[in-house]
Amino acid sequence: MDSTVVSTGTEGKTWGGGNRPLGASYGKLMMWFFIVSDALTFSGFLAAYGFSRFKFIDSWPIADEVFTHVPFLHGQELPMIYVAFMTFILIMSSVTMVLAVDAGHKLDKKKVTLYMFLTIIGGAIFVGSQAWEWATFIKGDYGAVQTKGGNILQFLNTEGERVAISEFATPIADARTEHERSNGLWFVEEGTLTTYSINEVVQGFEANPDLLVRTQTLTETGEKTILSREESLLTLKTNGQSVVEGANLRVNEYGTSLFADFFFFITGFHGFHVFSGVVINIIIFFNVILGTYERRGSYEMVEKVGLYWHFVDLVWVFVFTFFYLV
Amino acid sequence: MAHAHKLEILRGLIKFKSNTQKIWGVLILLSIITAVEVVLGIYKPEVLMTQILGMKGLNWIFIILTLAKAYYITWDFMHMRDEKASLRRMVVWTAVFLICYLIFILLQEGGYIFDIYDEAYIKRDF
Repeated sequence: MDSTVVSTGTEGKTWGGGNRPLGASYGKLMMWFFIVSDALTFSGFLAAYGFSRFKFIDSWPIADEVFTHVPFLHGQELPMIYVAFMTFILIMSSVTMVLAVDAGHKLDKKKVTLYMFLTIIGGAIFVGSQAWEWATFIKGDYGAVQTKGGNILQFLNTEGERVAISEFATPIADARTEHERSNGLWFVEEGTLTTYSINEVVQGFEANPDLLVRTQTLTETGEKTILSREESLLTLKTNGQSVVEGANLRVNEYGTSLFADFFFFITGFHGFHVFSGVVINIIIFFNVILGTYERRGSYEMVEKVGLYWHFVDLVWVFVFTFFYLV
Repeated sequence: MAHAHKLEILRGLIKFKSNTQKIWGVLILLSIITAVEVVLGIYKPEVLMTQILGMKGLNWIFIILTLAKAYYITWDFMHMRDEKASLRRMVVWTAVFLICYLIFILLQEGGYIFDIYDEAYIKRDF
């Protein structure tokens, strides 16, 4: 029987097939294309953040005053230290990843296993840190009052230090209790009440003559505007509407509510990428142990997940700059 | 990609003997850049707080340092340095062009809306 392969007369020419014009395998190329599209998604988020920030350029929260906590160092104001630590962890795990890829080129199974393991540990520490960062952000620390216009009023003493509302709010006996299904209309519920009501905060503020109000408007030098005692009292009494403790998607005590929305959205989306990266790394790690790539004679799969992992690191570098530094 | 790695960074200023050595070298470089960013971010020198091209000088430094970090992560950790020019351009130029365009239109629009809020009769402080 004749072979069914038909000779086209193009063998060995440019369009005869079998060329690798980009010098990369199919899998690696597709990983690169995925990374480009994912990079565009992230830049969409970050550009939207920039849009909102330019829109509220004179009242955006100052990141240094928001992210000041470090685990185990309670009560100390250390802006940026913890995020810098997280950045370093992620860069470090990127390094162990690239070392794993390098060991893979040398078909050194033991080293690939070790470096993949270290990469997974680094990723896990990062995700854990981010969870802690979220928890701290959601809990809040000083509390604030929201005005009818949706602006945030924070409290200072005359030395310019922040004062928590729990330090001065005077409890009023007749403060209302939370409405639950069991003690009122059975089909009506409401969210958790704040620890202090607006009236308690206003009373406490009146009783402490050394307290001032800080609005979210930025001055020429980039600091928040501090009102005089008379202005403070007037603003708080006429505009104050509700007490805000911590942050959620509706309100946050740090300033413009969009700030918290973008924080949750962007770091959340990035954290999800890190999480899925860790899961993929674990799968590849077990494949390495089982000797899948040893038998295949190529550790290119490690290189492909490596590309994804480095991309996650790359995105964090930008999130770090635009959320915490700029 | 075979096993041919280009082993010099900073336009040949630093040359490494092996790929492993280059990786540690790049780590040191990235750590230094991050440390500089953190120190500048904590102390915020007065000199750098002046406005340059519509933004604080310090913020421009942060953005430039970030792009430098991004370059080394892509070029050395993701091995872009060892890829063919066609692959490199396909990935980098596409992303850079689209991202620049997106940033331009959104920031332009954001600034415009700020002006509207600022100058027109819209009350926000109540």
